[in-house]
Amino acid sequence: MEDKHQWPLYEVFIRSRGGLDHKHAGSLHAADAPMALEHARDLYTRRQEGVSIWVVRSTDITASDPADADSLFEPARDKVYRHPTFYDIPDEVKTL
Amino acid sequence: MSAANAMSAANGMSPATRVRDDDLFQYVLRMGDLSLVLGQRLGEWVGHSPALEEDLGLANIALDLIGQARLLLGYAGEIEGRGRDEDKLAFLREQGEYFNPILAEQPNGDFGRTIVRQVLIDAFQLELYEWLTASSDGQLAEIAAKAVKETRYHLRYSGGWLVRLGDGTVESRARVSSALESLWSYTAELFAEDAVDRAMAERGIGPRLADVQKAWNARIDALLAEATLDRPLDRPYSWFGKQGAHSEHLGYMLAEMQYMQRTYPGARW
Repeated sequence: MEDKHQWPLYEVFIRSRGGLDHKHAGSLHAADAPMALEHARDLYTRRQEGVSIWVVRSTDITASDPADADSLFEPARDKVYRHPTFYDIPDEVKTL
Repeated sequence: MSAANAMSAANGMSPATRVRDDDLFQYVLRMGDLSLVLGQRLGEWVGHSPALEEDLGLANIALDLIGQARLLLGYAGEIEGRGRDEDKLAFLREQGEYFNPILAEQPNGDFGRTIVRQVLIDAFQLELYEWLTASSDGQLAEIAAKAVKETRYHLRYSGGWLVRLGDGTVESRARVSSALESLWSYTAELFAEDAVDRAMAERGIGPRLADVQKAWNARIDALLAEATLDRPLDRPYSWFGKQGAHSEHLGYMLAEMQYMQRTYPGARW
């Protein structure tokens, strides 16, 4: 049940410049999505950190359970052949 | 100061070669005072806002306004040509030498009242700055070009809140309605044209205030409709902040704002 005296929590994702992906920057409280965007602008882009903002209600994120880490992530540990480490990356590619 | 100087250098106009222009000085000073006084008022919210996020939001707007005041007062000082820079103009003038409209100095009250005051002034500054980007005064046009972007955001913020509060709970609606009712009579001054305003309009430096008022009305009416608030009736008007006659509130605000410079003249850090 939602607490009427506390604004819901939003997660904020910032794209720092064109071509890069949005990265999680933090979270904040806001009454609605437009307000969350304004708060994100004021909290997380005041030093020119970004050119684009996404906000999403924290409750809309489905997260994996840390207790499941063993079964989810352990099986990948011994499969090094899945890493693309045998390619040469051209110098011109900056943001791979 | 330095930014304003840089701009005047870019325009090929040095302070020394400029002919003193009392109307322009007064006009620029009024705009600078409006931004400075409103910025100082918003700064009073720091540490007291209803939420941490709003604390930063209001402080951000306050800093934009004080930045505008720096450019405008710095430019006013150049026009005056008597060695008063932005700091001297901000910190060493008495209440009667401030020329902001009285609306700007009205106390913050509750958050709703601050928002109402902000909406009324943001919409005014937005119309004014939009016009001034095409001013025949190059330096004013440059200052306006920077300020208009900031002000668009200010109105987005304050207007969004007006709609949320007006069309919100019974209590939030009652609070913004009463703030609107009590602040409304101060808006008449924003559009009361005097000799300075007329001179500026004739020289293509500033807009006709009747035009600004028309655009302001349209913007405010649309916002009020969205916020489901009634537009108050216009009342007889007798406020002259822009001629130096202020309400009792400005003196207290200036006392706090100017305390440091008056106690330790010339102090820097």
